[in-house]
Amino acid sequence: MSPEKGAALTGSHFMLGDQACAEGAIYAGCRFFAGYPITPATEIAERMAERLPPIGGQYIQMEDEIGSIAAVLGASVAGVKAMTATSGPGFSLMQENLGLGFMMEVPAVIVNVQRGGPSTGLPTSVGQQDMMQARFGSHGDYQAIAYSPSSPQEAFELTIEAFSTAERLRTPVLVMMDEVVGHMRERVVIPEEGKRKVAFRRLPSVPPSEYRPYRVDEDLVPEMALAGGGFSVRMTSLTHDESGRAVTDRDTQAVLLPRLHQKILEHRDVFESYELRHVKDAEVLVVAYGISGRSATGAIELARARGIRAGLFRPRTVWPFPSEAFLRAAKSVRRVVVAEINMGQVALEVERLVAGKCPVVRVGSYGGEVLSAEEILEACGRGHPEKGKR
Amino acid sequence: MSAEDDETRPRTPESEHVPPRGHPLDPVLRADVLPHIWCPGCGIGVALGAFLQGLGRAGIPIEKRVIVGGIGCSSRVVYYAKADAYHTTHGRAIPFATGIKLANPSLHVTVFAGDGDLFAIGGNHFIHAARRNMDLLVVCINNFNYGMTGGQSGPTTPHDAKTTTTPNGNFEIPFNLPQLAAAVGAVYVARWTTLDVRRLRDCFTEAAGKQGFRFVEVLAPCPVSFGKNNDIGSGLDEMDYYRGLEQIWGSPAGLPPRIEVRETGDLSGTEISLHRPIIVGKFIDRARPTFLDSYRAIQEAAASKGKKR
Repeated sequence: MSPEKGAALTGSHFMLGDQACAEGAIYAGCRFFAGYPITPATEIAERMAERLPPIGGQYIQMEDEIGSIAAVLGASVAGVKAMTATSGPGFSLMQENLGLGFMMEVPAVIVNVQRGGPSTGLPTSVGQQDMMQARFGSHGDYQAIAYSPSSPQEAFELTIEAFSTAERLRTPVLVMMDEVVGHMRERVVIPEEGKRKVAFRRLPSVPPSEYRPYRVDEDLVPEMALAGGGFSVRMTSLTHDESGRAVTDRDTQAVLLPRLHQKILEHRDVFESYELRHVKDAEVLVVAYGISGRSATGAIELARARGIRAGLFRPRTVWPFPSEAFLRAAKSVRRVVVAEINMGQVALEVERLVAGKCPVVRVGSYGGEVLSAEEILEACGRGHPEKGKR
Repeated sequence: MSAEDDETRPRTPESEHVPPRGHPLDPVLRADVLPHIWCPGCGIGVALGAFLQGLGRAGIPIEKRVIVGGIGCSSRVVYYAKADAYHTTHGRAIPFATGIKLANPSLHVTVFAGDGDLFAIGGNHFIHAARRNMDLLVVCINNFNYGMTGGQSGPTTPHDAKTTTTPNGNFEIPFNLPQLAAAVGAVYVARWTTLDVRRLRDCFTEAAGKQGFRFVEVLAPCPVSFGKNNDIGSGLDEMDYYRGLEQIWGSPAGLPPRIEVRETGDLSGTEISLHRPIIVGKFIDRARPTFLDSYRAIQEAAASKGKKR
């Protein structure tokens, strides 16, 4: 099922990251958007409200973010690719049904254009403070997939990727943008329709009498029957067996929960994405994502100009963290720098991976503005980083 | 009203008659999950039976039936009915159902949930779906308390009623659900008890044949919690309690003489208090453009505007 022709905007455009995200969704075949106004994500809703009606899509402004994500999951089980977009306060409200999406295995894309917090915090200014919430925010134990774009062009591309991953793995996928990328206006080049492959969930390959909603083969991702397809689908938020029956005992949980983790972790090739810059000879490795990835790009150029052999590891998928790729890039460095607009979140994962083998320096911030290349440069040390000193 | 429906009911020709095996509703139930989880004397099964009969009479085919539940005893009906069934999160059945309906308007989407689910944690979704005239049939099993968690007070617990969290009597004022639903825009509002099985069945048939936001409140016994805590007794005793207190709103045809007729008028008179008359019946039946009617109009306008450009 590929999106019908004529819906996507193609060619070269000057647009906001938020708008590029919306265009990426439409390119990917998203035809349902439910949302609630919130700065700095509102432009995504506004774009969808304008774009969806004439192309046969459905836009609805819900009563809150709880309703928004619930409606998105509902639309998806009925077979329509669906998205919602919000910022921190709304993302908090969405955590409940985000868990439902993981448990029922419903493809959906949830965008968080991050601002400064906690609580209402800094509505109009940047933050990257919801990264751990993206990983662990809903109760229970699950694997989240989170993309983080550094530019409007990447907002477009990674939103398409997010849909493909959500459909391929039957899971909610997060796009963790930030206020600066969302409100930055840059050139976005959109390919011809059909140029980029966009996945759609695997539909049942067996007749309704043989269909089991959560039966899997070695791929671990079940085929998905849609509402109205004559399959008498049964899906529940409770622990369930392969027939979709609620069975709340230890043995059923012992089958379900590990599979939900494995179907993500064993399919890293589906989604894992990162940028490497100057890592071959690097003695200092800077890790940064989203808008901080651009500050870090500047920082390593400055460092190189000063004789510090700095490299960049920029995960486009922050969760699950591309750990093997990171460890390869960090193999012979003397120092790792983690730059993010929070008090240290993804840094915790990096520290875990480095496991004390070299110093990990955090460049953090309370939020409100982007990190400067200079402050990241400063953390890269002098020309001769201290050897092995912690 | 019910006599007429019986005439139109499809009958099996005598020649094709086979001795019944199992329950008449077996073809529309999921046998693999029975027996159900409900307590002896609980009214939810009765409501489900009436609902399935009503949907059958309305001619809604199984493959077009979607049932969405929240969390709680009442929401468990999604497991037992043959339909596309979604057991979601507490209070969120209505927005989930909204997504399904908008994604595939050809489906008949019902939300089945309890009073706590729909009117405490899910109250905001209820009022907005009704305001939008979203094309949903919302069934509230009102047993006046949180049954699954052991009988705590909720938004419909009558004043003075005892629950595990109001051991000295409920000091809060409950919602009057028909009045609330009518005020926020529902196009069809009815209330019956699980004693009124045939009226309830006919109400579901009628509601299933209508468009827009339809609300049916079903008063149901919860003998192990509400009944016990308020000295009402068993499920049967609670049915008897209804029998003694029920009055029917308006004057439907074929009413047995024992039932008192309540004049129509202000819905504020339909609130439920302990040991006071229980007003049942169809309160609202009107037409308003649905969300999808209005959306399709703007969709067409937007599409033709795009072509002109």
